Amino acid sequence: MIVTAIAFYVFAAIVIAAGFMVIAARNPVHSVLFLILAFFNAAALFVLMGAEFIALILVIVYVGAVAVLFLFVVMMLDIDFVELRRGFLQYLPVGALLGLVLVLELALVGASWIITPDAVAAAASPVPSMADVTNTRALGQVIYTQYMYLFQASGLILLVAMVGAIVLTLRHRPDIKRQVIAHQVGRKRSEGVEYKDVKPGQGL
Amino acid sequence: MIIGLGHYLTVAAILFTIGVFGIFLNRKNVIIILMSIELMLLAVNINLVAFSSFLHDLTGQVFALFVLTVAAAEAAIGLAILVTYFRNRGSIAVDDVNLMKG
Repeated sequence: MIVTAIAFYVFAAIVIAAGFMVIAARNPVHSVLFLILAFFNAAALFVLMGAEFIALILVIVYVGAVAVLFLFVVMMLDIDFVELRRGFLQYLPVGALLGLVLVLELALVGASWIITPDAVAAAASPVPSMADVTNTRALGQVIYTQYMYLFQASGLILLVAMVGAIVLTLRHRPDIKRQVIAHQVGRKRSEGVEYKDVKPGQGL
Repeated sequence: MIIGLGHYLTVAAILFTIGVFGIFLNRKNVIIILMSIELMLLAVNINLVAFSSFLHDLTGQVFALFVLTVAAAEAAIGLAILVTYFRNRGSIAVDDVNLMKG
């Protein structure tokens, strides 16, 4: 039990520190790297809570796809980040005020709420005993039956996102020569070959 | 020394506040704003999984999965818009997004 507690505090501390560095780092590349650190430690927290599947999906989807996408964009765009940092402190007071208000509200909610004893009994899809099925299998049994339509809809969302991203970023530049197979195949001998009558000793 | 629901909710609350704070702190840099949004979504996911784990209800984890999906789609579209915008304007400063003059 003490090991779990120590692990929780270590992971939680790193998540929060990394989250803070994401917004405070000078270089956006460092921000992305701290974001990856935060995701890894959040995944460790999920494992502590017994949600292995979500933890590994977080590592695969976020670290493997989203964070790398961020990294690509940060490195691809040639931006003067120092220029963007100007006015950093200008928004600090209002940001700090809003953050403080948010913390107070969350603390207010956190101090006053209780969970009704019926909540466990009223679970929509109770977790089966860990001895019988693993977390992944239990999730699959719920997703593919109870939440089938939502699962399909989330696949549709990903498809729309993919098509949208391609449509937004694909561009046909007119100043670049491209291979057109039809033009190559439709070429005639008369267009490509020209006879010249060259007189001896003159050249062209 | 038992780690309860409150501990995880506290971590999520702090992370969410950092995300909100990041949006205000980096008002100009869209990339950092997108990353702050990812942080906030991560905090929400921690909340969902914590409740799911401590109330013994798998629905929270299923919902976290859907949040993950939508977050991935949002990041892809957001970054695509960002790249297109940078191509057209040569800058990603939020202050320059004033063509429509509200």
